[in-house]
Amino acid sequence: MQRRGFLKKLAVGAAVAAAYSYGPYALAADTIKVGILHSLSGTMAISETVLKDVALMTIEEINAKGGVMGKKLEPVVVDPASNWPLFAEKAKQLIGQDKVSVVFGCWTSVSRKSVLPVFKELNGLLFYPVQYEGEELEKNVFYTGAAPNQQAIPATEYLMSKAGGGAKRFVLLGTDYVYPRTTNKILRAFLKSKGVAEKDIDEKYTPFGHSDYQTIVADIKKFAAGGKTAVISTINGDSNVPFYKELGNQGLKATDVPVVAFSVGEEELRGVDTKPLVGHLAAWNYFMSLKNPANDDFKKKWAAYAKKMKLPGADKPLTNDPMEATYIGINMWKQAVEKAKTTDVDKVIAAVGGQTFKAPSGFTAKMDEKNHHLHKPVFIGEVQADGQFKVVWKTPGPVKAAPWSPFIAGNDKKKGEPE
Amino acid sequence: MILVRLIRCVLVVFALVAAMPAAALSPEQIGKLVSEDPDVRIEALNAVAAGDDESAIGFLQALAEGNVQTSVSTKKIVIVVDGKGTDATTGKPVDALPGDLDEVVANNVFRRELAAAIATLQLSSKDRAVRLAAAKTLQDETESDRLPIVERAIGKESDAEIKGLLERVRANLQLNSKDKPVRLAAIVSLGSSVNPNTKTILLEILAKKGGEFAEPDADIRFAAQKSLAEVEGRLATGERIAQVFSGASLGSILLLAALGLAITYGLMGVINMAHGELIMIGAYTTYVVQNLVRANAPDLFNWYLLAAVPASFMVAAAVGMVLERGVIRFLYGRPLETLLATWGISLILIQAVRTIFGAQNVQVENPVWMSGGVELLSNVVLPWSRIVIIGFSAVVLLLVWLALTRTRLGLFVRGVTQNRAMASCLGVHTGRIDTWCFGLGSGIAGLAGCALSQIGNVGPDLGQGYIVDSFMVVVLGGVGQLAGTVYAAIGLGIVNKFLEGISGAVLAKITVLVFIIIFIQKRPQGMFALKGRFADA
Repeated sequence: MQRRGFLKKLAVGAAVAAAYSYGPYALAADTIKVGILHSLSGTMAISETVLKDVALMTIEEINAKGGVMGKKLEPVVVDPASNWPLFAEKAKQLIGQDKVSVVFGCWTSVSRKSVLPVFKELNGLLFYPVQYEGEELEKNVFYTGAAPNQQAIPATEYLMSKAGGGAKRFVLLGTDYVYPRTTNKILRAFLKSKGVAEKDIDEKYTPFGHSDYQTIVADIKKFAAGGKTAVISTINGDSNVPFYKELGNQGLKATDVPVVAFSVGEEELRGVDTKPLVGHLAAWNYFMSLKNPANDDFKKKWAAYAKKMKLPGADKPLTNDPMEATYIGINMWKQAVEKAKTTDVDKVIAAVGGQTFKAPSGFTAKMDEKNHHLHKPVFIGEVQADGQFKVVWKTPGPVKAAPWSPFIAGNDKKKGEPE
Repeated sequence: MILVRLIRCVLVVFALVAAMPAAALSPEQIGKLVSEDPDVRIEALNAVAAGDDESAIGFLQALAEGNVQTSVSTKKIVIVVDGKGTDATTGKPVDALPGDLDEVVANNVFRRELAAAIATLQLSSKDRAVRLAAAKTLQDETESDRLPIVERAIGKESDAEIKGLLERVRANLQLNSKDKPVRLAAIVSLGSSVNPNTKTILLEILAKKGGEFAEPDADIRFAAQKSLAEVEGRLATGERIAQVFSGASLGSILLLAALGLAITYGLMGVINMAHGELIMIGAYTTYVVQNLVRANAPDLFNWYLLAAVPASFMVAAAVGMVLERGVIRFLYGRPLETLLATWGISLILIQAVRTIFGAQNVQVENPVWMSGGVELLSNVVLPWSRIVIIGFSAVVLLLVWLALTRTRLGLFVRGVTQNRAMASCLGVHTGRIDTWCFGLGSGIAGLAGCALSQIGNVGPDLGQGYIVDSFMVVVLGGVGQLAGTVYAAIGLGIVNKFLEGISGAVLAKITVLVFIIIFIQKRPQGMFALKGRFADA
């Protein structure tokens, strides 16, 4: 185990050295530096690489329109390689050495938790684009993904509703780290409040990068024989590919046992044969299949950018929720800088609250004045044979985030703003 | 003149036939079926299914396939197939499709109901295969107003298999009957079911509500209890079979990964830390072959593995032989330096692959014949991909065994490993044998990579997940022994899967590791030790 850790570090060192050799690092005085902190290798690369690309696309778009306050944005890309301590080192480097004004990055909650002390100590600014478990409200962070009440809770309510199949038993299946554990804690409390008994909830975890889901799928089948069952999956990273392959191969159909996922979008399903998976669900605040002018525009831009940069998969360009959240985040930061007329972190933080942006979800996303979270609509989609999601349920409008879930004891005393 | 009239007649008939499926339902029924309210839709659907009118199937199928669309402004309902529209209420073709069409969304629950309704209507089909499929679909149906249709279908049915299935459907539908003997008979007949959902139905009868049984009649509860025990016994057998199979499957993967190492480490004594990377190279070779086949001969895509298997063997073997000639042969007899050198090589290989193919995982698609599975029992489905890999590892094992025991190279390899000096004296070119032997071990690692690409992710780090497991298998089995490797791999696979069932995936991995450490402490030579005299030992 020791050896592997050390080996990984060496590999990472080599990767970082390689990363340094490209990218525009010319030190021009009239640019604003922005950091991009996403894993470009390792188990999370499947999800995070496109976020780096969409961030670069947004920056290019802003630069083409004249930049921010007349200055061009200069991206600084680093690769923390799905290695949580390395996230903190890279964050320190971005803020301390490169002097970036803002960082867009992280996917897993464990990586966000590992960079938090750095951002607090050096007073940096992080835009975090992924749905997460809540239970956090930091002055230095803006959360453009969903809090539990904007994803996990509505999805579970849907599964319990008549239209969603009226599930009575639940398998909570996740990767073993802070996000799935906390989300499942909240969901367990929520299910109990709805009268679901302890014996009807089964919680299971697998390590990062787990690839053999035979036992898990067999166990789900066994559990499902005891009553109408739904699976709530918080599996993250490339483990999702073997998991969904196993589901398909073992013939577990969505009409019998639906699986709703919180970390699986269009990009994760690329390369999985989705025909046996039709009807399995995902809950997000955006789907590529949404029909509205803002989304058409976003998809067109992304397709053109992917083609121009010859990105892998450019022949079938896909957009997803965290990409949309990244896009919203960068644009809101730009608007806030223009409002504050400076890139000074404290002044920008004060200016971000209350910003609005016409999001590709078709709604106007608004950053809450106080709690650093977006007001977002919630969509639940079913997987189609072509790997896209069809929306089967949605909220009438944007929902305000509740980062302190009322289903965790003691949260009612916490304030809805950073202290 | 007559001809023209005849043609016109035929055309009219054709048009009528084409329009029939839609015309069979009244506009009001269709309106309810596409309603936004799920309750209204399901109620309308049940009414259609109970109507026993086969001509309604067309519209229901269009709904299930998502071909039914409504215009937002005019509320007109159109069936759209390949860009051509048909008016759902009149059955006439629509020339200009309205611009504001919106798909009528059929979600999981509604699609399930649709499938049941279509199956109910198909019970009177003339085609045996259609009736059989319909009877299978209806196995979980509990909507009791379909009973007359099912009864009629049983009366008309001559095929024994379909009749048996339908009788079980009838039992399901009679569960809530007012007539006690009918209910009892239905519950007893459910005991012979192989369907896991039967358990759900029986559990519902036995459910307690607030300390009281939901079912007041003790006789019915007793019968349900008995049927439940029968069904559970049958399901438990299936679960045990599935557990053994998944253990064998994991074991076969471990065996493939470790077999090459059993040769390079076990027979030759080279601590090859780059073994995992040779597996990775095999997987990437499969990826490249897949892309070449897709680009040059898309018709043969389903058979690309036939080319990928030898290719991955040869590429990995070539890389292994270059390593042996270039680095490892200078380090024989110095295990620590070999370890460090091969470790460095593994890093170089990972970085090289990352530079060529990118850091992200690449997609290796399964051929069609490897997706899906065979249904052994109703709750046991054995996936084809895993069956193929178990077979593949057995074939590889057989070939390696033949190569080592029946060929001249095998004879030399055994001679050199047992007594290098003596073999050399007898005229064996030991250096060349080392190279071939290392190449063979590396090639087998390549084969493992080819197999792994079919069930897991292919990325630059692929090999690192398997190197520890491979060493574990070889050391546990006993160094220098092929048989030991086989037993250790299968044993570890089954133990791991068994533990996973009890304690979860995370704890199972730790438990296995602890077990191996203790085992090696007690018995350092592994399960099977080589006996006899050795010059080196």
